Amino acid sequence: MRFCVCIKQVPDISTAVQTGRMVLNAYDASAVEEALVLKEAHGGTVDLLLVGPETARETIRKALAMGADSATHIVRPDVGDLDSSAVAEILAEHLADHSFDVIATGKQSQDTDSGLAGSMLAERLGLPYASNAVGLAVEGDALVVTRQGDSGQEILELQTPCMVTCSNDMNDPRIPSLKGIMAAKRKSVEQVEISTGTPQTRVEGLEPVPAREPGQLFEGEAGELAALVVDRLVNESGVEL
Amino acid sequence: MSRILVFVATDGGRIRRASLEVLSQAREQARDLGLAVDAVVLSDDPDSHVDAIAAYGPDRILTVQHGAFAQHRNQPVLAALAHVIKETGPRVVLMASTEAAKDVLGALAVRSGAAAIPDVASFEIKGDSVSALRPVMAAKQLARTTSDASTVLVSVRSGSYEAVPESGETSVEPIAFSYDDSDPAMVLREILTAGGDAVDLNEARVVVAAGRGVKDQEGKALVEELAGLFGGAIGASRAVVELGLFPATTQIGQTGKVVSPELYFAVGISGAIQHVAGMSNSRVIVAINKDADAPIFQYATYGLVGDLYKILPPLIAGLKAAKAG
Ligand SMILES: Cc1cc2nc3c(=O)[nH]c(=O)nc-3n(C[C@H](O)[C@H](O)[C@H](O)COP(=O)(O)OP(=O)(O)OC[C@H]3O[C@@H](n4cnc5c(N)ncnc54)[C@H](O)[C@@H]3O)c2cc1C
Ligand SMILES: Nc1ncnc2c1ncn2[C@@H]1O[C@H](COP(=O)(O)O)[C@@H](O)[C@H]1O
Repeated sequence: MRFCVCIKQVPDISTAVQTGRMVLNAYDASAVEEALVLKEAHGGTVDLLLVGPETARETIRKALAMGADSATHIVRPDVGDLDSSAVAEILAEHLADHSFDVIATGKQSQDTDSGLAGSMLAERLGLPYASNAVGLAVEGDALVVTRQGDSGQEILELQTPCMVTCSNDMNDPRIPSLKGIMAAKRKSVEQVEISTGTPQTRVEGLEPVPAREPGQLFEGEAGELAALVVDRLVNESGVEL
Repeated sequence: MSRILVFVATDGGRIRRASLEVLSQAREQARDLGLAVDAVVLSDDPDSHVDAIAAYGPDRILTVQHGAFAQHRNQPVLAALAHVIKETGPRVVLMASTEAAKDVLGALAVRSGAAAIPDVASFEIKGDSVSALRPVMAAKQLARTTSDASTVLVSVRSGSYEAVPESGETSVEPIAFSYDDSDPAMVLREILTAGGDAVDLNEARVVVAAGRGVKDQEGKALVEELAGLFGGAIGASRAVVELGLFPATTQIGQTGKVVSPELYFAVGISGAIQHVAGMSNSRVIVAINKDADAPIFQYATYGLVGDLYKILPPLIAGLKAAKAG
């Protein structure tokens, strides 16, 4: 199958202090991994698609080093001002005249947690889609998706072409090997200009999350700790036991 | 009159409380702005939900009946909601941020020519815009996000508002809806439920969450016993879900669910930001961890440094005694 995986470069949020380091969105890394696994099992190609500034090339190289075949870079230095809706518009404009069997995105951007661009893209392209996939399988012409729902998992069969958004609970993305990194340098990255994309929302500012009241830390013997916390829960916490 | 539409989600034949929280808040803001509130319910048997919705005082309940709604699938839900939006022309469409809502929100925005503001902790409908606060950067910051679009869809995190019953005049209007459910492009083969009569995580007053420190069935049994004392729900970190000790539906955090109970026990959880993103709004947090430097203690109301296998048995006994006495 021919896979296209949409990948985004995001700030690394996993550290306590912001370092400014940029990484491949973790959910997109899982989408790349799963496409590679399916390609290895059933044949096909894995293409990447990214909207972002020149400096996002580094992230494209990383996903190519994992084993993807080629990539398209829609160069947009203003990606920080675009919301999911604008990004989906741009992705759809590019994908409208390309043919893939499966288009995969992450289920959400790790920095904004929006989770919109995938289904927006599917709707723009008129494709059936499944979101929050935790498992994918290829059966003939169909993509079989296990999706994590509210109170259980749903197994869906989608005829290709289709779209899927991936959870990082699906797999552990491979770490590129040295060989992969070397090979990635020779893979083709096509640059494309697309100037459309109208945001529907704007971020007016960031505010800190209100701090929690400082708590109490207890050390000691297990029985004493248990007695202490029972006392606090009963007499101080206000929780109705 | 300009309207607010609230999508009331059902699950297993009952209404999700998070939807009623949103409905209550919609009513409150509608009153100040002079807007009308419609609640829409999609069901194979919508009439069975009408009384429960009416108790929260919308002006109208719009019912859409179709067999396709017996299980969640995005295409029929999308078709129905887009139809209702087209028919009633709301300014704002509100829904609880469930997995089912996340499944359709983006596509619905495109189909309805609307803007979407997802997963907000609070929202405010203004003269000609909607403004919301959204947790971003793994809930370390809040982004004030605004849209001036003529229709704005907003999904709201559970626990953001209180569900307050209110009596009033409510009319019920069935909406005609036809849907060809024979599309082979997408077929629901099977539903694997997590099983048991598990308490809904989003609605539980008390959540007992297990992390990698809970290593085996013995630890799991202790966690279950503690939750059982409160009629609480079981939660889990990604690490123990990965180990297969707890089902994926119990995962709390950035990838999993967001909860904000009265009382949260973090048992053997280190407190990685991606976990904290899903529970830091809990009112009282009790953390048990043998590592005094575990980040979870920065969020704990009461932190207990020690071995969970040694602390949980006397804690359970103590709470039992306290409840009995
Ligand atoms: C994009 C992304 C999304 C993610 N989403 C989620 C998510 O939704 N939810 C989530 O939970 N994680 C998520 N993670 C993973 C997260 O980063 C952590 O890896 C995970 O939360 C760790 O789980 P843990 O605390 O159980 O395990 P660990 O970090 O291994 O911590 C185990 C803790 O148990 C303590 N312990 C061990 N034995 C005992 C004992 N006998 N008594 C007391 N304490 C003991 C240890 O001191 C340690 O602090 C995500 C990661 C990424 C990159
Ligand atoms: N700038 C981008 N370039 C390519 N894909 C993107 C971009 N932004 C978002 N996506 C894809 O859309 C998914 C959901 O994004 P979001 O709606 O921002 O949460 C991401 O996981 C990516 O797969």
